[in-house]
Amino acid sequence: MPASVYLPRRDLQCLLDLIVSQGYTLKGPQVIDGAILMRPLNSTSQLPKGLEQTQAPGEYRLQQTQGLRHFSWANGPQALKPLTFVPRETLWRSEAQPDGTLKFHESIDPPEPTAVLGVRGCDLAALALQDQHFAGDPYYQQRRQSLLLIAIDCSHPADTCFCASTRDGPDAKDGFDLALSELEEGFLVRAGSQQGTALMEQLQVSEPTLEQHQEAQSQLEQARQQQRHLPDFEPAELIQLNQHTAWDEVADACLSCGNCTSVCPSCFCFSESEAPELNGTESSHQRQWDSCFSEGHSYIHGHRFRPDTKGRYRQWLTHKFGSWVEQYGRSGCTGCGRCISWCPVGIDPLQVLTQLGETQS
Amino acid sequence: MNKPRIAVHKFSSCDGCQLTFLNLGEALLQLNEQVEILHFLEAGMSDAETEVDIAFVEGSLSTPNELERIQQVRANSRYLVSIGACATSGGLQALRNLEGQHDNWRDAIYARPEFIQTLKEVQPIAAAVQVDLELWGCPVSSAQILAAIRALLFDVAPIDDRDRVCLECKRQQAVCVLVTGAAPCMGPVTRTGCGALCPRFGRACYGCYGPSETPQTDTLAQRFAGFGLLPDAIARRFLLINSQAPAFLHTGKVFYHSGTGDQDD
Repeated sequence: MPASVYLPRRDLQCLLDLIVSQGYTLKGPQVIDGAILMRPLNSTSQLPKGLEQTQAPGEYRLQQTQGLRHFSWANGPQALKPLTFVPRETLWRSEAQPDGTLKFHESIDPPEPTAVLGVRGCDLAALALQDQHFAGDPYYQQRRQSLLLIAIDCSHPADTCFCASTRDGPDAKDGFDLALSELEEGFLVRAGSQQGTALMEQLQVSEPTLEQHQEAQSQLEQARQQQRHLPDFEPAELIQLNQHTAWDEVADACLSCGNCTSVCPSCFCFSESEAPELNGTESSHQRQWDSCFSEGHSYIHGHRFRPDTKGRYRQWLTHKFGSWVEQYGRSGCTGCGRCISWCPVGIDPLQVLTQLGETQS
Repeated sequence: MNKPRIAVHKFSSCDGCQLTFLNLGEALLQLNEQVEILHFLEAGMSDAETEVDIAFVEGSLSTPNELERIQQVRANSRYLVSIGACATSGGLQALRNLEGQHDNWRDAIYARPEFIQTLKEVQPIAAAVQVDLELWGCPVSSAQILAAIRALLFDVAPIDDRDRVCLECKRQQAVCVLVTGAAPCMGPVTRTGCGALCPRFGRACYGCYGPSETPQTDTLAQRFAGFGLLPDAIARRFLLINSQAPAFLHTGKVFYHSGTGDQDD
């Protein structure tokens, strides 16, 4: 682990000011409508303070405590995904010419440099997966390259978290510019990139004491004691279990609403559509988040290949935990637990995986 | 080239969907350059009998006269598009279908019931004539109307978006009211089109766009029961604006009058 420095809590604002002074639009966690969302941030007073949370299958609640910590919670419904893979965007515009031909204009505006404070290990791992998937996508890439990432080691995982078992957390492993470990009195700060190092050098910091190192280490150990674990299974075999009764059971319980895929930080499916202007001569080509739980997702000229919930759930789970390994070299799950918390009926995919691992009676 | 001819017809309804046309604002002026609007009472044009390329029909079939009139509209129109909850599922007025007490209620409410000529059951437009496209919603959205007209002018099939409100709610990055507040949100079984309007303002979806594709209504009702909603309250979630849409009717009836001792079937 690279050398850390100590930043007292009262100087966190200096870090925020420094980032903004370098031309970044800063986004950070804020309480909005009963959840923690990434929103434009310029003052530490906007950050949660002493806020903790309870997450359970189908349930997400915030609790205010007397604590001073800004990051004593695990996550909100979204983190980085909407910033890089935006929910809806125009890819190009077309314009009919007098001679009947079409003229196309690529719709790709240079994004403003954006810094995000409060990114977790699970988010960084999911971002790395999306980086692979959208490697050749200029819309994604230009936003991705404008990101400065300030991570936080997770000290308060939720009951739905299992990042320790996917090895993506609770601490930020890599892919960040700066990473902070929040202690009672302040932060241990370490750099993960040249940009991060340059920022760190401009902060008024001190050498951490042995006690501060120990505090960080012991809270990390504690954060690793998660109750949920990814069950043992052979990813390549998931797809062979297509007749297992577990699929029927989960199909009965599932709303096919797609919330799990929308909150999943690695899910990348989208649909594209044409939005013509009323004048009939101009049109914009859009893409928007889609889900393998929608009917359009499996529609191929004249036929829906996954008309029912059973087929859709099976597609999601076998892809996320099975065929991702073949495609991207690892499972698509980074243990953030969002699909469990934000499922309106509280389905836990880990239970389905466990069931699939059991022999059928 | 002659401009395509359009009519907007009114049946039993509140006129809200016609107002959606008027609320198009500048787009309505642009629309007027693309098409000829011949019949549209809210906008002051009256020529109900005229032949048109596209007839938009607002409202449900609630009277014997409307049953006859819709046949005439169908005969006069190349495309018939039903707009809004009343036209697509019967709307609020179809709540009377649930009790089957048409005559008793009419006689109890009106001083001279002999002047009231209504059907015992309210019907959507598609129950009487072939409908080429249904735009759901109470009211429909301006964007839906414009997209449908544009597609028909291009002579392509309009997109029938039956996705759930949830998908759009997440695209809008609204916070789920069901998960954060155990609100009985109908979003997971309701068709999109509103832009997740209610959840974006912290309110549970009440299903005014009718059922989505593969609506898992029984599963959602069980979840509401788990939140502590009483059977009658669950029934009201499903039996409101679109009570006669089959998926909502099926699940709503399971809870309707159950446990109150006066179940009427």
